[in-house]
Amino acid sequence: MTIGGIIGGILMLSGAAFLFLAGLGLVRMPDLFNRLQAGTKATTLGTLLTLAGAACLRPDWAVKLLLIGLFILFTNPISSQVLARAAHRTGTPQAAGTVDRLAEDREKRP
Amino acid sequence: MSALFIALTILLTVAMIGAALVAVLGKSMPIAILSAGLVSLLASVLFLLLAAPDVAMTEAAIGSGLTTFLFFFILGRVRGGEHD
Amino acid sequence: MVDILIYIAAAVTGIAFLFALYRFLKGPTAADRVVAFDTMTLVTVVFIVIIALAEGRGIYLDVAVIYALLSFLGVIAVARYLERGL
Repeated sequence: MTIGGIIGGILMLSGAAFLFLAGLGLVRMPDLFNRLQAGTKATTLGTLLTLAGAACLRPDWAVKLLLIGLFILFTNPISSQVLARAAHRTGTPQAAGTVDRLAEDREKRP
Repeated sequence: MSALFIALTILLTVAMIGAALVAVLGKSMPIAILSAGLVSLLASVLFLLLAAPDVAMTEAAIGSGLTTFLFFFILGRVRGGEHD
Repeated sequence: MVDILIYIAAAVTGIAFLFALYRFLKGPTAADRVVAFDTMTLVTVVFIVIIALAEGRGIYLDVAVIYALLSFLGVIAVARYLERGL
């Protein structure tokens, strides 16, 4: 077992663990915005770690895996932000105890 | 087919059936379109498991990407802003 | 040894897929289902990479490239529709 295999395996396992935590947050979180937090941030990190682990296991695929990682790193925050904006503008119900500074600012300056 | 692939195939097939049931039985139109996109996404992985990467690529680009986008575009035009 | 690690990673990722599927089937609002759909797309990218590693065929990664590009398009279309724009 080579050193690249060990590092790649550890990276892939940690990426899978982050994906598992993202799924757990998706089930357990109370409202949409918390679920969005869990479902996009943790998933991005988990996918990137898994891609890095695959690149350690097969170094000849590194360029294609880097391309996938860059696309995910660029597009996933954009989609998450657009979705959060749409949900906030359509008045999605929030969990009890949420402090919504954006809505307070909107009420102050219409 | 190793044990991993068999388990993955069963998982994806069950998920496909669930998404198809939501698409057919659901009341809301956007959720039905999203479920159709999910069926297409999982069918693409099944094509990949059956060793057909070109078919999977076409299914990913047309079924999951273009069809979902086009359906939502047309739905936004037809309903004219009213949604459920 | 590496095969066993890949199997464990695939199993844990499969559990994450089941959680996202639960949220997709249950989700109270449409935006919840969109979040679950986005998560399932990224989990599918990880599945494709794992399948490519297990089969040893690099051509499978092209499908993952297309998913990494196109998941974005679908979510933005849904969000613009929910915002009553487009």
